Amino acid sequence: MSTFLTEEPTQVTNAPVSTRLSSLDTLESEAIHIIREVVAEFEKPALLFSGGKDSVVMLHLATKGFWPGKVPFPVLHVDTGHNFPEVIEFRDRTVERLGLKLVVGSVQDFIDSGELAERADGTRNPLQTVPLLDAIQRNKFDAVFGGGRRDEDKARAKERILSLRDEFGQWDPRNQRPELWNLYNGRHTVGQHVRAFPISNWTELDVWRYIERENIELPGLYYAHDREVFARDGMWRAVGEVSQPRDHEEVITKTVRYRTVGDMSCTGAVESAAATVRDVVIEVAASTITERGATRADDRISEAAMEDRKKDGYF
Amino acid sequence: MSTETFLPGPDLVAAALPTTLFRFATAGSVDDGKSTLVGRLLHDSKAILADQLDAVARTSADRGFGGEGATGTKAIDLALLTDGLRAEREQGITIDVAYRYFATDRRSFILADCPGHVQYTKNTVTGASTADAVVVLIDARKGVLEQTRRHLSVLQLLRVAHVIVAVNKIDLVGFSEDVFREIEADVQQVGRELGLGSDGVADLRVIPVSALDGDNVVDASKRTPWYDGPALLEVLETLPAADELESHLESFRFPVQLVVRPQGALAPDAVAGGLDPEAYRDYRAYAGQITEGSVKVGDQVSILTPGQAPRSTTVTGIDFAGRELAEAAAPQSVALRLADEFDVARGDTIAAAGTVREASADLYAALCWLSPKPLREGSKVLVKHGTRTVQALVRNVTGKLDLASFGLEPTSTLELNDIGHAQLRLAAPLPLENYLHHRRTGAFLVIDPLDGNTLAAGLVNDHPGDHEDERYSI
Repeated sequence: MSTFLTEEPTQVTNAPVSTRLSSLDTLESEAIHIIREVVAEFEKPALLFSGGKDSVVMLHLATKGFWPGKVPFPVLHVDTGHNFPEVIEFRDRTVERLGLKLVVGSVQDFIDSGELAERADGTRNPLQTVPLLDAIQRNKFDAVFGGGRRDEDKARAKERILSLRDEFGQWDPRNQRPELWNLYNGRHTVGQHVRAFPISNWTELDVWRYIERENIELPGLYYAHDREVFARDGMWRAVGEVSQPRDHEEVITKTVRYRTVGDMSCTGAVESAAATVRDVVIEVAASTITERGATRADDRISEAAMEDRKKDGYF
Repeated sequence: MSTETFLPGPDLVAAALPTTLFRFATAGSVDDGKSTLVGRLLHDSKAILADQLDAVARTSADRGFGGEGATGTKAIDLALLTDGLRAEREQGITIDVAYRYFATDRRSFILADCPGHVQYTKNTVTGASTADAVVVLIDARKGVLEQTRRHLSVLQLLRVAHVIVAVNKIDLVGFSEDVFREIEADVQQVGRELGLGSDGVADLRVIPVSALDGDNVVDASKRTPWYDGPALLEVLETLPAADELESHLESFRFPVQLVVRPQGALAPDAVAGGLDPEAYRDYRAYAGQITEGSVKVGDQVSILTPGQAPRSTTVTGIDFAGRELAEAAAPQSVALRLADEFDVARGDTIAAAGTVREASADLYAALCWLSPKPLREGSKVLVKHGTRTVQALVRNVTGKLDLASFGLEPTSTLELNDIGHAQLRLAAPLPLENYLHHRRTGAFLVIDPLDGNTLAAGLVNDHPGDHEDERYSI
């Protein structure tokens, strides 16, 4: 195994103080500072945890920030009911390993009770907003950590690290608080809550290099595997209970991996032979397509898709 | 781990290698080509990915952009790469600071793209507060404008370590050396008036560029043979970052964020990994981020608690997620263990012994007013400094900066985008330090106690009559 891409944490112990931290160490330090600020200043924070790589990295940072103590907040998962089974299994195992409390908001429950209606296209990602806000209100969470990054799309590029949301969970991009130095203003009034994005300044490549460096476990579908898929909207969609090919769509077996794990009915796989984290780091460094553009059908509906959902209280 | 599936080429290896982080901001006036410059940097450093470029090319064609650019690339509206929100696209303006990311094989960059026309002070102050460098744009056809003087004035006030003036649209003045030299001389003159670059805190450099065509942006241009300095990107790749400068300072500062005291509630994964619960039964450490300087195990430190005399103790351990460090420096997040069992809490500051002046409840400061709600004398506000927030009374506003003439004019109120001087009385004393020497512990926020909004960025000034040698009294 070659080691040329492996990055060790900067060895401050053996080096003169003037040694610059690597960008990963600087980003890690910034993220831990933000996580600790939120824990110190809010009554009841929670971490949005989907089993996706960004939320897994968030949880890892929290374990480092509070070592040797337990992570001092629960994790919150909005379950679309269309999740990949292996991701749910990974979620439950992670929660068990770290001794965390898991709160689940279920899209299916809201559909069953008639509070939400299934969309014509079968996609459930846009339906997550209602159960998310319901879980936040019922549990009285005043801060919710997310793994959102500013490099993901144009709307997120203008998001603050601490982002104030009103009673309806809405983001008002024209009325954001200026964020100065490393002083984060999390003050909010009754009914408002704050979304906190400690890895705002990370890129997709940073996340993967960090996963490699810290040896962080992810759900297996992030790595190349054989899967039955069919082509739709220029993406490879997995065959599953909620994701069935139409008559003209041919099912074939391909070696694929996922760059994001979300709703099975709208998350596409990419053809890839990247079977290890090292392979993925190289692939991401070489990739010419941003991850959302490549694999999320719902972001393609319009160029402003993410902005519209954020205004509605989506993450 | 399985064997490599393919051998990566040198470019990919470089892209995946460790780099250092550098944060910079851009500032400019309307129509000086700032969005184009940012688009050019992202495009030429290959940070623009295929799908984003496709979307921009589609929109450019819809809007009638086309033809061949001077560099031979198909002309696209580079400014569209940075137009984020739908409201902005509809109005053709930029509303808010947007953050962009790109990397070279030397550095990872965080770019705060600050819109210039409306609320330029608010946006520039926000972007510059975390920046290692700021790039100010000037239109070569217009030269140094009042707006340029304002921008440079704000950057001087915020002690931005490196100021780079990009004289843009040099192609539109026929790549004229005379035009460039004249603007360069004007910039240096303004710099001298402001004291920029004269005190070793900040430096000032001027580069001729064409953002539209790419001259001197990523690569040196053949069309400016009279300019022998580096291209903009090379400058950004080689300047020392503020962290690097601040980690050298002898004044170790560590605002305590929280106390790590698990009292038996240890992380199950740490215990499963071999951590002995008995040994950590009474574990107690103070978590925070080093804001400047460095600390070693065995160092003498002072604990600064508002309302109490400083207490001295020794650092017995520096922990980070199960690793014991012998020393740590800004901007690391760590947890410190101390020799004495003092009552230390969030809001306290741990500092190198003998380097801190006494906490004070009288705050003299420059305020960059960022809210549409004006500042009035006698109003009650909150001051957030380090990890502590206290109530404060605005005693008086002593003047407003004329950013163009650099003079101070009398006023009793500050409005949106004003920068002025004020005196505040704090409900509890804070370990305030002059922003001139301490970019972190000299900074604070002014917050509206009613709705929680951020009203101002504050920069601590010395008390009137203070002398340099009185600063260190402990």
